[in-house]
Amino acid sequence: MGALSSYRMRLERKLWKLRARRRRLQLSSVADRTARIGPSDALAFVVLRNEAVRLPYFLDYYRRHGIGHFLIVDNGSDDGSREFMADQPDISLWSTRASYRKAHFGIDWLNWLLMRYGHGHWTLSVDVDEFFVYPFCDTRSIPALCDWLDTAGIRSFGAMLVDMYPKGPIDAAPYRQGQNPFEIASWFDSGNYTIHRNGKYRNLWIQGGPRARVFFPDRPERAPALNKIPLVRWQRGFVYISSTHMLLPRGLNLVYDEWGGEKASGCLLHAKFLDCFVDKAAEELTRRQHYAGGHEYRAYHATLRDNPDLWCKWSEKYMGWRQLEILGLMSKGNWA
Amino acid sequence: MSVGFVMLVHTALDRAAAVARHWAERDCPVVIHVDRRVPRAESRAFTVALAGLANVRFCRHHRCEWGTWSIVEATLSGARTALDEFPELSHVFLVSGSCLPLRPVEELRAYLAERPRTDFIESVTADEVDWIVGGLGRERFTLRFPFAWKRQRRLFDWSVRLQRRVGFRRRFPAGIEPHLGSQWWCLTRQTLTAILTDPARHSHMRYFRRVWIPDESYFQTLVRKHGVRIESRSLTLSKFDFQGKPHIFYDDHLELLRRSDCFVARKAWPRADRLYDTFLGAGAVGTNRAEPNPARIDRLFSKAVERRTRGRAGLYMQSRFPREGWENGQTSAPYSVFEGFSELFEDFESWLGRMVGARVHGHLFHPDRAEFADGEAVFNGGLSDNASLRDHAPRAFLTNLVWNTRGERQCFQFGPGDRQEIGWVLARDPNAQISVITGAWAVPLFHSRQSFVDLRKRAAQLQRTEARHLEILRSPHTRARVRIWTMADFVLNPMEPLQILIDEIAPRAQRRLTEAPRLADLAGFGQFLQTLKNQGMKPYLMGDFPADDGAPPVAARPRRPYLVQ
Repeated sequence: MGALSSYRMRLERKLWKLRARRRRLQLSSVADRTARIGPSDALAFVVLRNEAVRLPYFLDYYRRHGIGHFLIVDNGSDDGSREFMADQPDISLWSTRASYRKAHFGIDWLNWLLMRYGHGHWTLSVDVDEFFVYPFCDTRSIPALCDWLDTAGIRSFGAMLVDMYPKGPIDAAPYRQGQNPFEIASWFDSGNYTIHRNGKYRNLWIQGGPRARVFFPDRPERAPALNKIPLVRWQRGFVYISSTHMLLPRGLNLVYDEWGGEKASGCLLHAKFLDCFVDKAAEELTRRQHYAGGHEYRAYHATLRDNPDLWCKWSEKYMGWRQLEILGLMSKGNWA
Repeated sequence: MSVGFVMLVHTALDRAAAVARHWAERDCPVVIHVDRRVPRAESRAFTVALAGLANVRFCRHHRCEWGTWSIVEATLSGARTALDEFPELSHVFLVSGSCLPLRPVEELRAYLAERPRTDFIESVTADEVDWIVGGLGRERFTLRFPFAWKRQRRLFDWSVRLQRRVGFRRRFPAGIEPHLGSQWWCLTRQTLTAILTDPARHSHMRYFRRVWIPDESYFQTLVRKHGVRIESRSLTLSKFDFQGKPHIFYDDHLELLRRSDCFVARKAWPRADRLYDTFLGAGAVGTNRAEPNPARIDRLFSKAVERRTRGRAGLYMQSRFPREGWENGQTSAPYSVFEGFSELFEDFESWLGRMVGARVHGHLFHPDRAEFADGEAVFNGGLSDNASLRDHAPRAFLTNLVWNTRGERQCFQFGPGDRQEIGWVLARDPNAQISVITGAWAVPLFHSRQSFVDLRKRAAQLQRTEARHLEILRSPHTRARVRIWTMADFVLNPMEPLQILIDEIAPRAQRRLTEAPRLADLAGFGQFLQTLKNQGMKPYLMGDFPADDGAPPVAARPRRPYLVQ
């Protein structure tokens, strides 16, 4: 890496920060409880829209795992999500009706909040349908993980998206508010992931799982990316540049070992494929607020209309983090 | 017999206070050194929390910087205070604020009483043993370290490099041998007094003041001069990871810690409530006489280090993506690649499955689809038979297949009609057993009865592809187990090579092949090749087949082995 390329990265990073600063004008504060954030709290950052059904379990899950405060951007919900969140004592809420797509799929808003409130904290940036699973998550909290990462001198922690799906048509079992989504969507693909190295930003580009298998078999290069780096010890200068797939400075993307060893990593269980998804896919088709002109949603819609079953004979039923680690989807690294 | 503790404290003061109180209430004097960098308010609250305990003392505070003399200084003033203030002490046990007592104090007292005048301190000669994990070794003693490693890393590294280049070396003081070991010890009053009152102590101190991480060498070295009986091990259970950072104990280690029979463990996560509640609880009565036995914990942590440094062979995932050459096993298990066999034998795949009990696939890299065994559309791990998914990342397809089927050997067919991108990957992989019958691709052409104009083109193309593939297999970079026969040779005597292959795949079966796969009908094959030649193509990879007759050159009857006297 020459000085020129480093400088170019720096400029790019500044540009992203600038964008984030400008987009902050789109956010209006609904409930600002950031004064309650403790100096060593782990913080969750979320951008969402119309998630009233999923929110209660989401908040419950992360509270149980030791998240101290939630910082949430509500992008024009009209299903009561906003009112619900505004009443929660550990949520600081901003709202905007601006375009999700023009805010680079919410990343600009996220970057602004991270810059403003995340500095010096461990920050977890997730969607409402992403559930962070990490080594020993059944007995140790997220702060325990963060403390260990601190002692080990690690600044960012990778967690691959694992798409979870039900057996049978995905709209067969309705999801009730407050229910653990993995009671319904309890299956996943264990061994069909492909990895490419991104030379420019040094992150890994992971694809595969049921989405590649069912929705993109003929255009695998367009299958969605599954690599994510949701947990970061945030510093003011950091930015996410493409969803939470990668960051700048590039060093943060090196969440993998290149010399044969395994770094510690987790998974984000993705509860996307529940009954509400069929409607959502249809809606997003007209909203066109998603990545690459929503081509992903076009593919979902077309396939789900005909054959809404992602399950196959070799699907694995989710049992816990140890299973994911044995299957090689995540690793304890040297955390014991 | 009475044991006292010197406790070095710098974080998680509430836990340190609880531990100090635990010992003090059980009649063990505690001398506490609080790092001067701790904010005054916190350290005052800490003092208040321990007020009212008659046998707790605070010694002079030093500002402690990791890796420097200040930590030894803190230890020395703690030890001096302990010896002066509590004349009845027979042992001094050095602990940190994040240490956790695992066994009742009575058991520790009894243990020490049974081993009088013994110093428990890990002390390993620096010259002969590599005790250090990741970092400087002998150079700790011979270089100077003016910069702080934690805050001035670059300057630190630069100064080390400079001194190495210049050849700078300090002389070790006469009369002592450099020794290293864990920072945490338990010394007798006699030994500790001798160290503190050694007439040469000032010169030792002057020397060690400039040694790197002297808390792991000062007492460890001097105890060799003054100790009577040294048990070179620490009574504190403390494990380090591959970067030299201590492993941390959590609630889920409770049973492991309890069964380890160690006296003190370092270090516990400050918010591990169950650990603190359990081990500081009042209930335990000291009747256990067991030796400390940290073997299980050792194993747990050394496995963690192994996973971090070596990883699981053949696994490619989000946090393990080795560079070329660093895979430590490109695939996770041995597998077999057969080229030309299913063309030459009519029922090769089912025959092989019966013989070796492995999973036998068809052409996994067929241009149309991955031909999984039994024609399945999806295989283990959700691997799809879709050709474009496979060709998006052929190597990942192969490594995933082998990883997903750990415990079951995989065999598959390959040939010049398949996608060739995987060729180098197979050749470089020591787990691959590749067996080739060259030119066997001509047999299906021979049976297809197409017009020779089309056949000639197709044959020339296949031959060129296979020749290129053979070049790869014969290259010096190939690490697979490769066997190559021409078709003519193989047809001459098929049983011997088949037996070799089968023995290699299933070594435990160890029996003579009783059943041969059925050879394809080759009547007229020689003439077929001659016609191809007449059309202007030059088929050579299959070896020599006489043109005149259709029958295989020699009857496929195995020759009788005989012994030459």
